[in-house]
Amino acid sequence: MPLPVPQTNVRVVTLKVDGQDYSAREDETIIEVCRENKIPIPSLCWMDGLSVVGACRLCVVEIAGSPRLQAACATRVREGMVVQTNTDKLQRYRRTIVELLFAERNHICSVCVSNGHCELQWLAQTCGVDHVRMPYRNAGYSVDSSHEMFRVDHNRCVLCTRCVRVCDEIEGAHTWDVMGRGSGCQVVTDLAKPWGDSESCTSCGKCVQVCPTGALVKQGTSVGEMVKDQTFLSILARRRSHR
Amino acid sequence: MSGNGSKVTVATTWLDGCSGCHMSFLDMDQRLVDLAEQIDIVYSPLVDTKELPEQVDLGILEGSISSDEDLHKAREFRARCKLLLSLGDCAVNGNVPAMRNPFKLDDVIERAYRENVDVNPQIPTEGVPALLATVRPVHHVVDVDIFVPGCPPHADTIHYVLTELIAGRTPDPGRVTRFGA
Ligand code: SF4
Ligand code: SF4
Ligand code: SF4
Ligand code: FES
Repeated sequence: MPLPVPQTNVRVVTLKVDGQDYSAREDETIIEVCRENKIPIPSLCWMDGLSVVGACRLCVVEIAGSPRLQAACATRVREGMVVQTNTDKLQRYRRTIVELLFAERNHICSVCVSNGHCELQWLAQTCGVDHVRMPYRNAGYSVDSSHEMFRVDHNRCVLCTRCVRVCDEIEGAHTWDVMGRGSGCQVVTDLAKPWGDSESCTSCGKCVQVCPTGALVKQGTSVGEMVKDQTFLSILARRRSHR
Repeated sequence: MSGNGSKVTVATTWLDGCSGCHMSFLDMDQRLVDLAEQIDIVYSPLVDTKELPEQVDLGILEGSISSDEDLHKAREFRARCKLLLSLGDCAVNGNVPAMRNPFKLDDVIERAYRENVDVNPQIPTEGVPALLATVRPVHHVVDVDIFVPGCPPHADTIHYVLTELIAGRTPDPGRVTRFGA
């Protein structure tokens, strides 16, 4: 999906979120309205400044009249829309999604470079995940330290594809992509070559900063030292869409 | 929660953990004096008793299930404790002990006791419990009532959870701790 181009003649709609009335531009998505109005909806793959993939489903909401749950990041507001963001059912689904993310790969927070600065950890705490009910997959994943500045640890990757999108849409290098299906799915650099051998990577570090977990990190960081700075993204994204 | 008489009886033990959670328990410092008036530690590495009593109000387990002895202890605690609490990340999610799970047990033992040993390498078999192929969190082998993540959970966290339980309330540990805290 291309980045939204600001329009001059957008209409304003009114909608109800959790019983409160709000007005919004008709080209906005539910999550954008909620972020502006400090209504907390968890999200993982969505990021202000990147295109929308609607992949993680953490942002699901209930919309009156719709039989299905909808991803708030991939659904535009409509006049008269009635949205619920935090029902028992939604809490149950979100909890399960976060648990599955922990069960899928190997997250050992106590020894992770991102400990204390990780969006997945934070999601677990806010969604009430204090243990994982399903069995862990316990599959081993590789760590690629071939890049002179950065490292990818696939044990910590949640496949949000933020790295893929920022590298393609903002940096314009398209070093990252996704390979394989189902449990064999993995992000890769170039055509699954070691990152250090990549000819397309400019070493800009954008992917490292937007990665929500300890999957993409700077070399030389120790436990809890990897603090990310994502402020650049919305600034760059806005400038690009105005060109 | 109230025990026999007025004090709440508490049993603790460590499974595959580093004992750090028990150290954090001791880190409650002077608050332990007040706690001692409300709880009676009837079995624990911190006291002398050698036998787990038949009936205990609260059981606290540190560490993951990594050997057949851990499994046996967890089952015994579950059978004898009214409430069972998983203390710390190893008990709650496997944590560092579970880092061996992606590897075959034989390879792990080979690496630890032969490959990396210079003098007299040998695999211990006598007087040590047999390791299980997969390390699991406590609640994957017995039902657990309360989860207190953290590596180790802060003394303030343990104090909060215990005082809530003593007062008969259900603590919400997620308010004060998380994985890796
Ligand atoms: S990436 Fe986040 S959730 Fe995973 S081990 Fe690291 S700190 Fe924990
Ligand atoms: S460092 Fe920059 S160019 Fe290289 S992979 Fe990451 S975003 Fe792409
Ligand atoms: S490496 Fe990081 S940014 Fe890329 S898909 Fe995995 S978790 Fe997302
Ligand atoms: S944030 Fe909406 S689907 Fe991921």
